[in-house]
Amino acid sequence: MKINDVILRTVVKGVVFIILTLGVYLFFSGHNAPGGGFIGGLVLGSGIVLLYITYDLETIQSKMPFDFKKVAALGVLLATGSAIGSLYFNAPFLTQTDGYFNIPILGEKHLSTVTIFEAGVALTVIGTLVTIILSISEDE
Amino acid sequence: MTVDIAIILIPFIMAAFIPIFYRQLSKRLIGWFVLVIPVSLFLLLTTYIPRVSSGQTLSNTYEWIPSFNINFTTYIDGLSLIFSLLITGVGSLVILYSIFYLSKKESLHHFYCYLLLFMGAMLGVVFSDHLMVLYAFWELTSVSSFLLIAFWHHRKASRAGARKSMTITVSGGVAMLVGFLMLYVMSGTFSIREIIANIDRISDHTLFVPALILVLLGAFTKSAQFPFHIWLPDAMEAPTPVSAYLHSATMVKAGIYLVARFTPVFGGEIVWFWAVTGVGLITLFWGSFNAVKQVDLKALLAFSTVSQLGLIMSLLGLGSVAIHLGYSSETVIYTQAAFAAIFHLVNHSTFKGALFMMVGIVDHEIGTRDIRRLGGLIRILPLTFTVALIGSFSMAGLPPFNGFLSKEMFFTATLKITELDIFSLDSMGVLIPVVAWVASIFTFVYCLIIVGQTFFGKISPDILEKNPHEAPIGMLISPFILIGFVVGIFFFPNLLGHYILQPAMASIYPTFPSTEEMTPHISAWHGLNTELYMTIGVVLIGVTLYFLLKRWKPIYRIFPQKLSFNVLYERVIGFGENFSERATKRYMTGSLTHYFIYIYMAFVIIAAGVFFMTDSFEWNTKNNAAVESFELILVFVMIFAAIAILFSNSRITTVLLNGVLGFSVAFFFVVFRAPDLALTQLVVESVTTALFLLCFKYLPDLKPEKSTKRVKFTNGVISLLVGATVSVIGLAVMNYDKFESISTYFEDAYNLAGGKNIVNTILGDFRAFDTMLEVVVLFIAGLGVYALIKLKAKKGDADIEN
Repeated sequence: MKINDVILRTVVKGVVFIILTLGVYLFFSGHNAPGGGFIGGLVLGSGIVLLYITYDLETIQSKMPFDFKKVAALGVLLATGSAIGSLYFNAPFLTQTDGYFNIPILGEKHLSTVTIFEAGVALTVIGTLVTIILSISEDE
Repeated sequence: MTVDIAIILIPFIMAAFIPIFYRQLSKRLIGWFVLVIPVSLFLLLTTYIPRVSSGQTLSNTYEWIPSFNINFTTYIDGLSLIFSLLITGVGSLVILYSIFYLSKKESLHHFYCYLLLFMGAMLGVVFSDHLMVLYAFWELTSVSSFLLIAFWHHRKASRAGARKSMTITVSGGVAMLVGFLMLYVMSGTFSIREIIANIDRISDHTLFVPALILVLLGAFTKSAQFPFHIWLPDAMEAPTPVSAYLHSATMVKAGIYLVARFTPVFGGEIVWFWAVTGVGLITLFWGSFNAVKQVDLKALLAFSTVSQLGLIMSLLGLGSVAIHLGYSSETVIYTQAAFAAIFHLVNHSTFKGALFMMVGIVDHEIGTRDIRRLGGLIRILPLTFTVALIGSFSMAGLPPFNGFLSKEMFFTATLKITELDIFSLDSMGVLIPVVAWVASIFTFVYCLIIVGQTFFGKISPDILEKNPHEAPIGMLISPFILIGFVVGIFFFPNLLGHYILQPAMASIYPTFPSTEEMTPHISAWHGLNTELYMTIGVVLIGVTLYFLLKRWKPIYRIFPQKLSFNVLYERVIGFGENFSERATKRYMTGSLTHYFIYIYMAFVIIAAGVFFMTDSFEWNTKNNAAVESFELILVFVMIFAAIAILFSNSRITTVLLNGVLGFSVAFFFVVFRAPDLALTQLVVESVTTALFLLCFKYLPDLKPEKSTKRVKFTNGVISLLVGATVSVIGLAVMNYDKFESISTYFEDAYNLAGGKNIVNTILGDFRAFDTMLEVVVLFIAGLGVYALIKLKAKKGDADIEN
């Protein structure tokens, strides 16, 4: 039986962009406002899962040819790597630093190394979430 | 970033890169690429020789977890420099050798990756001053040894040998860890140097002798001392370069390193003296005695390694007596035993490395290592014969090779010790030179077997049929460099003694004022004394025994096979497997309900128990905020949903009710102004629902459970207990004042961590360790789900294990 899901597909096309934008926004706002790597990753991950549910696996995989296991692995590498990185600056393990930088066009911005760590968290969450859901749904 | 930490890290970094980039390299090149690392590290380490030999030590501390006093302290002194030179030097030669030894069809990237992992770990062991860091590297050497022994993992014997070595060395390592913790309890520091500096404070502690024994257990298992030596012969299933590197030159000497390093700590104890000397001598004898009966050349060399390690170990034991006696111009003579130990350690690495490479060549060119099938190879492999001859005669203690010098010093040390009248040496002491002498005779016999039965006699016709020829030049370079050292050290021993061995004496005897005094002048000719007569006796009796080998070999059958240590090991392991299987089956029933019962009971007993025992169940409502009416409504909604789940009879209803619970909790987060938590909760709820929907198609219809009244009652009681525990603790915790509040940190988050969002500063900064490890756990869990689903064995599939 073929389900007629034209409405779902149409809605998702628009909504996914909002969800993904929200995910990215949450990720970056985490420093001083609600958000952060974990929640940003969760939102992004659930957006991707929504795409997989609405369309079929093959369509999405041809448009997004990522191996989500590797995405998760990259996340772990970023998180642990940024932790080890501080050793190279004669600071204890997991030390993070931040500062204000004047960037052309954008103006003065607050940048922090913890963003790298949080990016690792986010990527791991996305990768693991999608990997688990995909492997369960692909199971025969 | 300074050089010394880079020395440890570079092998690891390279090991991490190999699996990523090996596809870009041709199989021929990968070995040469790897070779660059140990060669450059070796050259770099040689630049330390002038500084260290002038008495300097270099130390650097890198803070790791300063709040727990765990730091990465590198420490380079004479002792660690010798070991690091051996690790990188022999490592370079072994990698050069394996480029030609291993076929290009092997999975070379694994091999070199493990080898570099080992090299880094071993350098970490000898350069670490912090006991915990040393321990971590120590176990990493066991792990990399495991991987290398099981390199040909399709062979059952390889896997068994790998497991055996891992089981024995890691158990010893755990014992050593307990010993280290005891040392920490006694001294309050993890730094070896600080422990040595404060030795007077701890030597009367009741834990001192237990710590000594536990540390020795670690050293004895690693260095294959009697009765733990049984793993080493089985480890010979590894490729020959690995045997030459790990199982003769470096890893098995880690135990020696540990004993030498801890001599200043424990050296004055009678237990230490007799344990190290006694076990060393027994190992020396037992190893050489058993080597004679072996028919596999590698097994023979394995037993010979066991025996030689025993020799070095016993020398360190003999040398520890000088610590007990304290410094004076008469006692300094006893330090020569330790000097001989380090000297023999270097010598052993040269000749045994060469011999292993020789066996590798024989195996590679002829196709067998069984001495019953070998013979007459001198005509086919003349260059290899040279290696075998020089290596064996050095091991047998004959001039003009370096083994002669250290063997003579060994005899001197055993004779000297009998003159003492402490440690009941006046009665037992005479046994020491006797055992040493008898063991040397057997050593001489098996050295003759290596040369005689492989290279002399008749060539068997099936070997000639294959038309074998001498090994390629690449395989001969490394053993020839090593035998070059064997001969070179004989002629210039004092060069080595003065520049490399002398600074190590300062590490073993830090309280002794002058290393000059402790460095004897080594000379090949030392007059007609007892030592020389002993050597002449060894040669005469050894040659006689070799020619009468067939007559007396039956004595090996006196020992019944059933009583060997291997059988004991198999029994213990078999019993352990059976026992744990039965015990595990008893509680791993496969029923989720049971598992939940374990978890909840543990939770109730521990959490409620602690509150109960410390009498913390007191609360008052004074500090609590007023309860609003809409909060009450939410609570009733949740109660209703929770109870309704129990009576639902379709899965959809259950999931929806569960969702009601989840969203109500999210509401609470909103009400209590925790937007981060509310957001997270909402998204998690959505994802969980998606997961449930996915899983539905695999689940059978929900059927009413059939369980007895008793089971239902027990489950009900447990649920009530859990609920009560959570509620009561939630209320009581408001007035809990046993610990200081840590919220001051979070309130000052912007200054301390540079962020205004407290939740995220906790996640990313204050408790970043938790977050980092949670990320890793999450990833592992994801891989676990993937592996369970994708890689499950299909019905009727072959068992991959065998």
